[in-house]
Amino acid sequence: MSALRTEGLGKRYGGSAWALRDCSIEIPEGSVTALLGPNGAGKSTLLEMAVGLLEPSAGTIEVLGHSPWEEAEEMLPRIGFVAQDHPLHARFSLGEMIEYGQRLNPSFDVRLAERRLGRIGAAPEHKVGKLSGGQQSQLALTLALAKRPELLLLDEPVAALDPRARREFLATTVEAVAETGMTVVLSSHIVADLERICDHIVILSGSRQMLAGPIEEILARHRLLTGPRSDARTVSRVHQVIRESHTPRQTTLLVRADGHVYDSCWTPREVDLEEIVLAYLGYGELEDRCDEEAYA
Amino acid sequence: MIEFHIQSHSGVPSYLQIAQQVRQAIRLGILAPGDKLPTVKQVVAAVAINPNTVLKAYRELDREGLVDGRRGVGTFVAEGVVALASDDVDSLRRSLGRWVAEARAAGLDDENMSALLADTLQPQGKLRVA
Repeated sequence: MSALRTEGLGKRYGGSAWALRDCSIEIPEGSVTALLGPNGAGKSTLLEMAVGLLEPSAGTIEVLGHSPWEEAEEMLPRIGFVAQDHPLHARFSLGEMIEYGQRLNPSFDVRLAERRLGRIGAAPEHKVGKLSGGQQSQLALTLALAKRPELLLLDEPVAALDPRARREFLATTVEAVAETGMTVVLSSHIVADLERICDHIVILSGSRQMLAGPIEEILARHRLLTGPRSDARTVSRVHQVIRESHTPRQTTLLVRADGHVYDSCWTPREVDLEEIVLAYLGYGELEDRCDEEAYA
Repeated sequence: MIEFHIQSHSGVPSYLQIAQQVRQAIRLGILAPGDKLPTVKQVVAAVAINPNTVLKAYRELDREGLVDGRRGVGTFVAEGVVALASDDVDSLRRSLGRWVAEARAAGLDDENMSALLADTLQPQGKLRVA
């Protein structure tokens, strides 16, 4: 069974434009998925529908085989969610936060929460508002993990953290995955943050789904072709051209290759994930880049 | 017990980096037969990588016969794998040092030397001239 499955999923707020549309993805249980895209791409909207905070306007969404909106009462305890601004109560102490979590969640694992908070290096009477940014995000993560969720959703969890706090946050997350086999979906606008820990990606841009699947398969299917200046259409009959750029003498194409047949005029190279993500987000789409010849 | 170091942008997949580091530790005698490798949980908590990456590396090493995965117990360096004798390693390192000095004197830089070594390591050992 998949942990998260959507089919033609869409959301519009009131009568306004679509925040997300035609989203069809499948996230297997036990995977760690990066949800990537620029601000406003629809990442938070997708996560909020997955946790049952928003009702879909079109299509369907299933979490662990159930509708998170219609079966919210049953599903909520099985889903952990850390929102972008991880709302914590600044005037609560850490001990009070744990008590609060325990009252709201029947399955809350107090010992796990206390053990993890011990590692943050703050005493139970410490006030939440006095914690550093890194400690606050670890606290929010701890409270979500202590629910013992089957699906953990993290909205932009590391954007505001310094490199060390970022690494610690991600390490805590994957450690919990290794321990419990839970599924994780984390959103970010930077792929570099998440590449180490993820095995799947979903790319959203302008409310649309651009790409989704296992990272290994995506890396295996994309190639950068360079060759003499030519028309991309000769290639696009066989492969999907994601990005093309030209100089007066050279053409570079990033293609999604179906099979490995290239005309001998092209030199294929492997591409890293960051380059693939940027291509799908439409960066580097420069027609007729000037090179030194133009100035000669 | 060994510690892994993973470089995200080295171009070498993380699972290969782990497998290489285990192989090297065995060759150099840092890991001996019967030694336990860190658990998946320990590795991911230390270096923040996907658990499947560690599993994939350990499976690869298991397939090569270098380690022995015992379900529910852990992964151990297989009996019978031998490290390079340290005397041999020292002596080879010294002669390689002399070779590097000679190559530098002949005007080769590090990249030239790596290329030459890679080429010599080819099965045919044929030297191609660029």
